[in-house]
Amino acid sequence: MDLVFALENFPRLLKATILTIELTFLSLFFGIFVGVFFAILRASKIKILFFISYYYSYIFRGTPLLVQIFIIYFGLAQLEWIRESFLWIVLKEPYSCAIIAFTLNTGAYSSEIFRSAFETINKGIVEAAESLGLNKINTFLRIKLPIAIRQSLPAYGNEMILMLKGTSLASTVTLLDLTGVAKHIISTTFRPVEVFIVAGSIYLIITFIIHNIIKFLEKKYSFNS
Amino acid sequence: MGLLAYGDTGWGDELFFATLMTIAVAAAAIFIGFFLAAIFASFKLSKIKILNLIGSFYTTVFRGVPELLVIYLFFFGGSGAVMYVARIFGYDGYIEVNAFLTGAFSIGIISGAYSTEVFRGAIQSINKGQFEASKVLGFKKKIYYYKIIIPQMLRLALPNISNVWQITLKDTSLISVTGLVEIMRQSYIAAGSTRDPLFFYSFAAVLYLFLTFLSMRIFNKLEKYYSRGY
Repeated sequence: MDLVFALENFPRLLKATILTIELTFLSLFFGIFVGVFFAILRASKIKILFFISYYYSYIFRGTPLLVQIFIIYFGLAQLEWIRESFLWIVLKEPYSCAIIAFTLNTGAYSSEIFRSAFETINKGIVEAAESLGLNKINTFLRIKLPIAIRQSLPAYGNEMILMLKGTSLASTVTLLDLTGVAKHIISTTFRPVEVFIVAGSIYLIITFIIHNIIKFLEKKYSFNS
Repeated sequence: MGLLAYGDTGWGDELFFATLMTIAVAAAAIFIGFFLAAIFASFKLSKIKILNLIGSFYTTVFRGVPELLVIYLFFFGGSGAVMYVARIFGYDGYIEVNAFLTGAFSIGIISGAYSTEVFRGAIQSINKGQFEASKVLGFKKKIYYYKIIIPQMLRLALPNISNVWQITLKDTSLISVTGLVEIMRQSYIAAGSTRDPLFFYSFAAVLYLFLTFLSMRIFNKLEKYYSRGY
């Protein structure tokens, strides 16, 4: 292990970390909306909406993220009508393609997490809200949603960490995130161990931070407090 | 559909063998993972502090660092490490490590980190009375682990092993960056030479869906079989 070499490359890797955090944050942010949307569809009594949500989550959870990002970045560019439409502004950039792929992927996993959180809500609580005269929207926003958020915190924390690791695939579509820069340094200097230790530590530190934020939130919103 | 013809005119046979390669790498990886998990789970359950620490270090690192980074470590560092060992034994030439082994090992080590947690959880959830009863009956530790604890543990661990298998199967797609011709790499080659990436990557997605669907069915059958009464 060459400490000087590791330190020399540390600033470059740290700079690339910004892109990694950016990708993680944006995908998770959009992913929450996608996840809640499909979780609501999943609870719907209309068959077709249920099946759309079911197959969405089945397909995105059953295939590797790499395939998803390749279909969106390389695959869609093949269609002429997409290249001629306004969508092309978004779909020609690897950055936005990566975010779309990550969002859809994390959306599928989150929809499952939120769905099971909604399912575990005690029926008595909902009935109590209804008998107190809250309408459907208010029951959802003020009663069901806060309970579901609390319920899904531990599983969602895991999903956040999985997404952080998932953003490393952005490097396969030419983006220079932490893994992309690490690979570049490794392939030009052939010093994999040092780079792995530095880049790996940065990932572990971010994981550690996410883990603690979730732990803090869990405590803050626990029922018995 | 001509693109998928079997033989020289299409990509059907290539994709078929690539699918077999994906299954082979995933199977090799999960067995390497089980082997590591058996060791590290026993470390984590041990009463010796330093072994606990080693066990936790292994699972934290390989579950917290992106798979791709681990693959790059082994891909670029693998032959270096092997040559280093060979030099100690007096061999100076260049050794290239096979892409299959690199892939199976890197995915195997990641998969092992997940399996470690699964095994540990399963052993911990076995009723303490089982351990005590085995001791009272005078079984040696080795015997009662093999004959009593592990069979019960595997049954409890089966749903989680199924999860680890799905993760491992999907992770094999990342080995394509090393050039091993599995589903993803073969689709990349086919997409490049036919300029039809949408079709081939979508077909790759279908192949993966088929594999995950099939393994789910098999695991469900196994779960049913092993949860039968005796």
